[in-house]
Amino acid sequence: MFHSKIVVTLRKSILDPQGKAVQHGMHSLGYEAVKNVRMGKFVELQIDAVSMESAESITREVSEKLLANPVMEDVSFTVEEEGR
Amino acid sequence: MKLTFGIVVFPGSNCDHDAQFVAETILGHKARLIWHKEGSLGDVDVVVLPGGFSYGDYLRCGALARFSPVMKDVVRFAASGGVVIGICNGFQVLTEAGLLPGVLLRNSSLKFVCDYVHVRVENPQTRFTGSCRPGQVLEIPIAHGEGNYFAEPDTVRKLEEDGRIVFRYCDASGTVSEEANPNGSIRSIAGIINERGNVLGMMPHPERASDPALGHTDGKKVFDSIVESFVPALV
Repeated sequence: MFHSKIVVTLRKSILDPQGKAVQHGMHSLGYEAVKNVRMGKFVELQIDAVSMESAESITREVSEKLLANPVMEDVSFTVEEEGR
Repeated sequence: MKLTFGIVVFPGSNCDHDAQFVAETILGHKARLIWHKEGSLGDVDVVVLPGGFSYGDYLRCGALARFSPVMKDVVRFAASGGVVIGICNGFQVLTEAGLLPGVLLRNSSLKFVCDYVHVRVENPQTRFTGSCRPGQVLEIPIAHGEGNYFAEPDTVRKLEEDGRIVFRYCDASGTVSEEANPNGSIRSIAGIINERGNVLGMMPHPERASDPALGHTDGKKVFDSIVESFVPALV
């Protein structure tokens, strides 16, 4: 069994108003040192695959076909074999 | 002869019956609600992807509706030149399905906006605006949290050049400005069509401004235009 962790974020070129609002909240708390906040999504998958390569390619495909919209989002992921 | 409006119902659609009411009672044509699990649209002349919150807006607005069984037939219908109008959530579904370019981001204000807005008819020579004057200002309500249209600069330039920006947010006098832009859409875009001109996506709700009893009827012009675009075929 393999375990994928996928992170989807708005592309750098796209204004993230949610991130900006959260950043303002941090500044109100006194954390002026925080200069940028980008919000995103975190997705975990459990995959029954025959090999690491297969688990990775499944993860890549669902990330690109469904989890992220390339017009506005970037996606990255890691895959680990469970129980190792 | 009467046209048949096929209105797709996703789990979470909530403007489907409004669209049906306009098609049947206001326009005097026929309408059929099509459950998203149906594999075929059947014999319809116009497909409406209505407003609402398909699949609870999970993942991204419209992202999951796109994989509903009926969408394969919507894509086929659009490719064969069939008239498709996506309103609000329907617009979001059309972009996710790749039938229209770009994407609808979170409103720049981060707030859900429910209000009457003005839109200017930028191209009156489409199947959806044929009964409007050039530059005509229509007052139509919006109700969305993710209506902030975005596309790559090249895509926007192409839309502009090809006259595919059909509606732009403006003030009552027809002036386009940042103040009159309710959601931060790039170039104040409120509605666009595809290259072939048979698929329209728009955030404002014309079906909510078609019944005189509700006080506003500017939205009916969109439906009148669709019906008129069939006239040669109807006689």
